[in-house]
Parts: sequence; structure tokens; C-alpha cells
Amino acid sequence: MVQVEQDIMSANQRHADVNRRVFAGRGIFVINLVSSPGSGKTTLLVKTIEALKGEFPIGVIEGDQQTGLDADRIAATGAPAYQINTGKGCHLDAHGVGHALEHLPDLRGGLLFIENVGNLVCPAGFDLGEAHKVVVLSTTEGEDKPLKYPDMFYASDLMLLNKADLLPYLDFSVETAQGFARQVHPGMECLTLSARSGEGMEAWLEWLRQGVTAASATAKPKVLLSEGT
Amino acid sequence: MSLCEGLVQTLESQAAAQHFSKVHKVWLEIGALATIEPEAMKFNFPIVARGTLAEGAELVTELVDGEAWCLQCSTRVAVRRHGDGCPNCGSYQLQILEGQQMRVKQLEVS
Ligand SMILES: Nc1nc2c(ncn2[C@@H]2O[C@H](COP(=O)(O)OP(=O)(O)O)[C@@H](O)[C@H]2O)c(=O)[nH]1
Ligand SMILES: [Mg+2]
Ligand SMILES: [Zn+2]
Repeated sequence: MVQVEQDIMSANQRHADVNRRVFAGRGIFVINLVSSPGSGKTTLLVKTIEALKGEFPIGVIEGDQQTGLDADRIAATGAPAYQINTGKGCHLDAHGVGHALEHLPDLRGGLLFIENVGNLVCPAGFDLGEAHKVVVLSTTEGEDKPLKYPDMFYASDLMLLNKADLLPYLDFSVETAQGFARQVHPGMECLTLSARSGEGMEAWLEWLRQGVTAASATAKPKVLLSEGT
Repeated sequence: MSLCEGLVQTLESQAAAQHFSKVHKVWLEIGALATIEPEAMKFNFPIVARGTLAEGAELVTELVDGEAWCLQCSTRVAVRRHGDGCPNCGSYQLQILEGQQMRVKQLEVS
């Protein structure tokens, strides 16, 4: 009989810590975007990149179980995208993200989006080294998603309520959804927007700009970098 | 890396550190706020363990409550789920202190 005190997530955590140091050294603001399938993550990324490109470097890591379709949609904007095919895996892990970085250009002083696999359960437990998890909930889903998947809403720092253009046709209460999110995660930030119509996008873009400005302040001069250490 | 793969990796690193080659039984403590279903873990573990040092090992899971600090009544309270209120006063203003762990506690090895 042997005694052990080791968390089984510690291997992932070590890789996430390395990623976080690399991001800090390069001054990159990193967002881990999570949601159910179809909430609008890829659409939102395309619109976000179109609005922000030219302001700072932007890259995307796409997590998908099978296809490269989402990466192709991102590449059409001109932003570099790298696809991780997770196969049967239902989430990205920090080790895979670390290697994906080798396939992207230097995003120094910019923004990296990681679109996680559409799944509100498993990605919650895996730190990738991001600054924030951002959870997308769409108005065509139930308002009670935060209560059904509390771990994900607890792990996320910002909730984006997407598909606001459909609100007039739906029986969806923004207030109720935000109330449930804050029941699970007191003080959680919430924004309502539509990736399709563009309404509400400006507040999200401003949130990103502020994050990029704060993150780029930590960048070390290139010559002093010793990455992966 | 799935959670079960994480568990097998943990066992492999322990085997190297504590000099054993076969695991017969694993005691795993799971915090109530960890992102995991103990039943799913029990189902998947034998599959992932096949062909490893833990092939055929028995997995014993112990679910322990999480802990939070209630900002309303200023007490340390038990929590079983994110979004549950304080058991004392019903407030949702809880700061989670513990409960996300998935910790290997003890192993029967040879
Ligand atoms: N009405 C409406 N549809 C949207 C909006 N955002 C995305 N969609 C649609 O929702 C579907 C899924 O979007 P996608 O970006 O692929 O979701 P993902 O699986 O989260 O990446 C697509 O048909 C999109 O056109 C929106 O703001 N309003
Ligand atoms: Mg997508
Ligand atoms: Zn209380």
C-alpha cells in the first residue's frame, strides 16, 4: 500500500502554466471560447476578426472533433488559424495547445482565440493557459443552461449572450439567463450581442481591446525571451 | 488527454517515483465541484487502463463536499454544486474555497 497526494489534473496544469508564461512573455491576450455546438462561436470569431484586424495581430486555434471547416472559415478572414482535430476527445488540453502555437506566427502584443470543442462539460476542467474562459450562450438555448452546466459558467469570466437578433421571436428572458449565470458565478460579467446583426458587438470589442492593452504591457523584449522554460 | 488518461499518467509517474510495477487498487478523492462524473470515470477507467500497469485495477471513488465562504453570513459552509445557495442563509454570494480536486490518495501495488 502506498500513500499518494496527487491531483490527476496536475499534468495538464503543468502544461497550462508553461503556456501562460509564454503568453505573458509575448504579451498575448488569450481567450478560451466555450459553448454548446451551434451557439455561434465561429460566426462570432469571424465578425470579431473582421472588426479588429489592423489594430493588432490576431490568431485562432480551432478545436474540432472531425472537420477543418471552422478553420477554413477563419482563414477566409485572412487571420492565421490552426486546427487541432481532437478525434474522440471532447475538449482541448494544454499540451495540444502548446504544440499548436508552433504552427502560428508570433502574435506578440495581440490576441489569440482558442475555439474549444462544442461541449459545456469537459472543457470546464481543462486550463489551457488562457487569460479568460468566455462562454457563449445563444438565445435559442434554454435560459437555464447556467444551472444545468454550472461548472462551465463558474469557470468562465464572461458570458456572451449571442443571437440577440432573434429575441423578438423567442420566449427568452435575458434577465433570467443572467440571473442564473450570476447565481452560479456571483459578479459574472455578461454582454448581449448578435454576431449576425452586429448589435452589441462594440462592448465586446472594447472588452477585448482593453485585455490586449493590459496583456501587451507585460511583454518582454524579444531578445530576452527564453520560451518554454 | 482525458481524465482517465490523466489518472493512468499519474499512476505511471508514481510507479517511477515509488518503485512499483503493478497497481491493483486505486483510491480517488473527487471534489463535489470537480468537472467529472464518478460513474463515467468508473466506466472509462478499465478501458483506458488496458495494456498499462493498472490493467484490471479496481477504482474506488470517494466524493467529498466542496467548501465555500459565505459573504452574507461569514461562515465556512459545505457546497455540493455550483449555483447552490448557502445552507445557512440561502445566499448565493459564495466564494468557493475547495472542491475541484481529483486526487489519488492511496494505491495497492506490487
Ligand atoms: N440568428 C443568428 N444566427 C447566428 C448568430 N450567430 C451564429 N448564428 C448561426 O448559428 C449557427 C451556428 O453557428 P456557428 O458559428 O457555426 O456555431 P459554433 O458551433 O458555436 O461555432 C450558424 O447557422 C450561424 O449562422 C446570430 O447572432 N444570430
Ligand atoms: Mg465552431
Ligand atoms: Zn450564508
